[in-house]
Amino acid sequence: MDKIELGGLVFDPAWLPKLGQGLVVTLEITGLCIALGIVLGLILAVLRVYGRGPLYWLSSLYVQFFRGTPLLVQLLMVYYGLPSWGIVLSPFVSGVIALGLNTAAYQAEYFRGAIQSIPRGQMLAARSMGMTRAQAIRYVILPQALRLVIPPWSNELILMLKYSSIVYMVTVIDLMGAARTIAARTFRYFEVFILVALIYLALVFLLSWLLRRLEERVRVPGLGMERGAPH
Amino acid sequence: MERERDTDTSRRGPDEVVLRVEDLHKRYGREEVLKGVSFEVRRGETKVIVGPSGTGKSTLLRCITRLTEPDRGRIWLGDVEVTGRGVDLNRVRASVGFVFQDFNLFTHLTALDNVRIGLLKVKKLPKDEATEIARKQLEHVGLAHKADAYPAELSGGQQQRVAIARALAMEPKLILFDEPTSALDPELTGEVLDVMVALAKEGMTMVVVSHEIGFARAAADELIFMEGGVIVEQGPPDQLFRQPKYPRTAEFLRKITALYGETG
Amino acid sequence: MFLQATLINLGLLAGLIILGLVVGIPIALLQVYGVRPLRWLASAWEGFFRGVPALVLLFLFFFGPAQFGVQLSAFTAAILALGFRSSGYQSQIFRGAIQSIPRGQMLAARSMGMSRLQAIRYVVLPQALRLAIPAWSNEFSSVIKDTTLAYAIGVNEVLRQVRYIADRYYELAMPAYLTVALIFLVLTYGGNWLLGRLERRWALPGFPMRGAEERIERGREIAAEAAR
Ligand SMILES: Nc1ncnc2c1ncn2[C@@H]1O[C@H](COP(=O)(O)OP(=O)(O)OP(=O)(O)O)[C@@H](O)[C@H]1O
Ligand SMILES: [Mg+2]
Repeated sequence: MDKIELGGLVFDPAWLPKLGQGLVVTLEITGLCIALGIVLGLILAVLRVYGRGPLYWLSSLYVQFFRGTPLLVQLLMVYYGLPSWGIVLSPFVSGVIALGLNTAAYQAEYFRGAIQSIPRGQMLAARSMGMTRAQAIRYVILPQALRLVIPPWSNELILMLKYSSIVYMVTVIDLMGAARTIAARTFRYFEVFILVALIYLALVFLLSWLLRRLEERVRVPGLGMERGAPH
Repeated sequence: MERERDTDTSRRGPDEVVLRVEDLHKRYGREEVLKGVSFEVRRGETKVIVGPSGTGKSTLLRCITRLTEPDRGRIWLGDVEVTGRGVDLNRVRASVGFVFQDFNLFTHLTALDNVRIGLLKVKKLPKDEATEIARKQLEHVGLAHKADAYPAELSGGQQQRVAIARALAMEPKLILFDEPTSALDPELTGEVLDVMVALAKEGMTMVVVSHEIGFARAAADELIFMEGGVIVEQGPPDQLFRQPKYPRTAEFLRKITALYGETG
Repeated sequence: MFLQATLINLGLLAGLIILGLVVGIPIALLQVYGVRPLRWLASAWEGFFRGVPALVLLFLFFFGPAQFGVQLSAFTAAILALGFRSSGYQSQIFRGAIQSIPRGQMLAARSMGMSRLQAIRYVVLPQALRLAIPAWSNEFSSVIKDTTLAYAIGVNEVLRQVRYIADRYYELAMPAYLTVALIFLVLTYGGNWLLGRLERRWALPGFPMRGAEERIERGREIAAEAAR
């Protein structure tokens, strides 16, 4: 295919397959790390709200550490640091783990806020009908909290999509990595990165739109989701 | 119209027309809120406007200095046509005080600074002079001792008095009051109304939207009854209470008398 | 050695946060008070810089101009890229704060003869800026961490120093990264503590008034959105 010239800028359609492959990796990493983050984040949140003693302290420490240090440091620690302790992970796995551990800390805070905003009466009512604490959390508190958490959680997902670009720094060929490779080969940095910026923008808009649809679908009358983040 | 049109609006003295509103129209979307309102206010007069909710009283007051843009009609302040081309609205507004239902004191400023800010930033007075005027006006409304308090530290009645001081400090030709006491607890309305009655007695020119019958009786030269975007009837309060021309006026006045009582 | 390199991160931080502030406030004002085309442009600015990953922006600003014969230093490119990005997030914070100032404040200011600009300058902004502090603190702790991304275009910041060490003394990699993590923990939480004090210093008695809780809450929501 021919190159496309646009006001002095040159775009080459031959870049697209490579960018496409990178895009798939970006989506995989984002999806996996978000999934890891949900599971871990929920556990952390429940521990921070209902946990006692060391469980509470450890979960708090975890959240403070991962929110207080740069994501890139965490990633490099996993990929370049852990091997010195004998743990060697592939770039892709390192990326998923670092991003997942990181987003778990942030998601834990959103979940915690949501759990704490569920009126005490709900727990009381559940216990009064003979549910155990764990059952009450599982069947009464979490189903409500999870709905409340969708708006901030949506933001988190979009943020992770953008932040996933840092995995190229541990040699993963994601969308960013593909762009980097193409640009280094063609010296068309500006064109390649403008194109990639537009692809990310499109992804962000698409994802926001999908998430808003999701939010509308699971809305329950009387459960205040209108105002966005929980208290 | 109850008066022949006077070409010499700039005449000084007690008969001087301070505000003239002619055939004012305003619509919001499909809803025509003002359907041709005309009236005049002379120097030293106090006019009280009453009327049911949603009748356009607030809209009328805001249109006077074009805080809300009227669709049609003309407005004069003294001999300046507010609706004319190329008029300096900020200068017009600096000469007309506005007192709001919910006070709208500037939250981040002390009482003194609230009163002073217009003098400093609009009138560009030197700081000493502005401070002196501001203190005098706070004293005027009985709040000299609250000069350093922030709005949140004042009661509603005190906030409204500061707002009145803020308006007075600009030496306005006219002050517009939009339901100045209706956001206040009943026991606080008195202190604000007292200040307003005193102002009226001192000869300030005022247009007051209020349903405080006691105030209207004590201070109003004329009562204006508005409904459905027009002035239904206007005249001295006594006359409107005793022998209104229209049954609607009688009915409405009976209602607010029952609601607000004769005191105030 | 780490501490010296950390100074570069702090230099980046200062530059980008100021740039973000200086650009972000006007963008927010345009979005709230601007005429339509300007409002649209401001929103496009915000949308672009918030929607594109920081790394992509860094590459655009570092390699982009070079392609047209303008060579920016990595440090300058990083401040521009991260600063404009921050302006997108900051404008969102300030926009929310400005919009949460009751309309009556503007009305009262205009009613006493202030021009629109004066009303914004003397009445709306002083209140909005105070309201924005909690959200702004979050943006602060997020950009301070993002200064490490400048590593990607070769700014001589702290992570680069760590790489020198890690490449030479393999077994020191983990301790080195942990040290950097510790430095950032101190910076992030220390910075937040300082901002918290500033917030209390600036807090006026009883300000913000009615609905304060709600409005602060909104500030935090905006912050949560902008966080990281
Ligand atoms: N900015 C606006 N946009 C649209 N409609 C408006 C606006 N302001 C007022 N209205 C409408 O215009 C009508 C008159 O409002 P206005 O506030 O002037 O009435 P009012 O007589 O002051 O009533 P109240 O006694 O309740 O204060 C109302 O129906 C109101 O809904
Ligand atoms: Mg009204």
